[in-house]
Amino acid sequence: MRTVLQQLDIAKALTRISHEVIEANRGVDALIILGIPTRGAVLAQRIAATIDRIGYRDGSTPPATEVGSLDVTMYRDDLSRNVTRTPARTTLPSNIDDRTVVLVDDVLCSGRTIRAALDALGDIGRPRVVRLAVLVNRGHRELPIRADYVGKNLPTSTDERISVHLAEIDGDDCVTISSERGVT
Amino acid sequence: MRNMLSTSDLSRSSAMGILDIAEDMADISTREVKKLPTLRGQTVANLFFEDSTRTRISFEAAAKRLSADVITFSTRGSSVSKGEGLKDTAQTLAEMGADAVVIRHGASGAPHILASSGWIDAAVINAGDGTHEHPTQALLDAFTIRRRLHGRASRGKALDGVSVLIVGDIVHSRVARSNVWLLTTLGANVCLVAPPSLVPVDLSRWPVTVEFDLDHAIAECAPDVIMMLRIQVERMDAAYFPSAREYSTSWGLNDERFARLPPDSIVMHPGPLNRGLEISSLAADSVRSAVREQVANGVSVRMAVLYGVLTGERKGDA
Repeated sequence: MRTVLQQLDIAKALTRISHEVIEANRGVDALIILGIPTRGAVLAQRIAATIDRIGYRDGSTPPATEVGSLDVTMYRDDLSRNVTRTPARTTLPSNIDDRTVVLVDDVLCSGRTIRAALDALGDIGRPRVVRLAVLVNRGHRELPIRADYVGKNLPTSTDERISVHLAEIDGDDCVTISSERGVT
Repeated sequence: MRNMLSTSDLSRSSAMGILDIAEDMADISTREVKKLPTLRGQTVANLFFEDSTRTRISFEAAAKRLSADVITFSTRGSSVSKGEGLKDTAQTLAEMGADAVVIRHGASGAPHILASSGWIDAAVINAGDGTHEHPTQALLDAFTIRRRLHGRASRGKALDGVSVLIVGDIVHSRVARSNVWLLTTLGANVCLVAPPSLVPVDLSRWPVTVEFDLDHAIAECAPDVIMMLRIQVERMDAAYFPSAREYSTSWGLNDERFARLPPDSIVMHPGPLNRGLEISSLAADSVRSAVREQVANGVSVRMAVLYGVLTGERKGDA
């Protein structure tokens, strides 16, 4: 097992992503940050907090960036292939119609989770734009989906496993990579 | 979860799991698009050998909200009236591609036979069998109690210490049986109240207390929940009590008894209501009555059960 991102690296990556989100959106108006549970939802909270910190340089006190979570379990295409998944909660801060929705997930791999998320969004409303932010981008895409904001690109082989640890859930912040063949 | 046959073999954690998924399903029904693609391409067959309105419609609505296809079968106007048996009827449905069979049958144990005989591969959900069990009704009752007590913060909560009176025709009631097992598994204290002729003979293995006097039970237990059962005229082939009026006077929830209940208690009834017999209109239509919520929650709970039996790998999981 090898650590590829330390706590400071994660913090820097999220700060950079937050800046990029503001830049691409030309400000903080109409933004909704939606994380995909479990860890994407935590990352979304952190990105929203970072945007609140850096988004207003003129010293005014703005409304906080709207942040929520979007569960995609019911929209997955692999429900009959795995053990029954327990869905997590969807919390929407407000109506997403005509807003800029930034989806947040921890690892982007096949792209199937994001496909499910896009379907889930379609049932909730019609955003003006949907963007995707991920902490780790590994390869192996199975669908034509790409991330707009990437914390770290990690080319991996299929038998390697990426684990994202976040303090809110796991007690510490780090991203590790391990070979499944090595763990017997 | 492969089948849903009874609540007596449901563990506390799997029962809580179903109730928590039902919370998510209830959130869906508040959205503009009240539909999920989860069970697209799967077929749910409703096999009703006994009359039913709300359970059949509720299962149908639940399956459709999850995008499953629904085949509804009731015995009237079918080959059952020509003498076709359970095995042939079930196999016919299975050949038409049913992935789950929701069955209501007058004989206790019919769903068990369907699930264990190897006649069909489909998942089996018990929608009421004879005087045995009606598990989805008990799950929706538990869900309703939990939502009344905890509101939006219901997820992850059990019913520890909640005092429940179940009043009426216990001996014929599958709703009572399923509720006894489920509610006590979730930590509630259940007390059964009925005339002695409507109490099962041997209750020594039931985790409940039994009272024969409703007024005494209300005073003694200060119930959080009072669940009135329907007097099942169609199952009464002998005289279990002298007259409907006498039953209503002694064991019905009339206006005067209703006024004596603790102010925050919840009044429940699985329906259909016999107004004026086991429950007065004042009690049934009051703000404390959860009768209509029970119907709405039924759809969410049945969505959770269908999700549970129709997703996940179909092997090894009993």
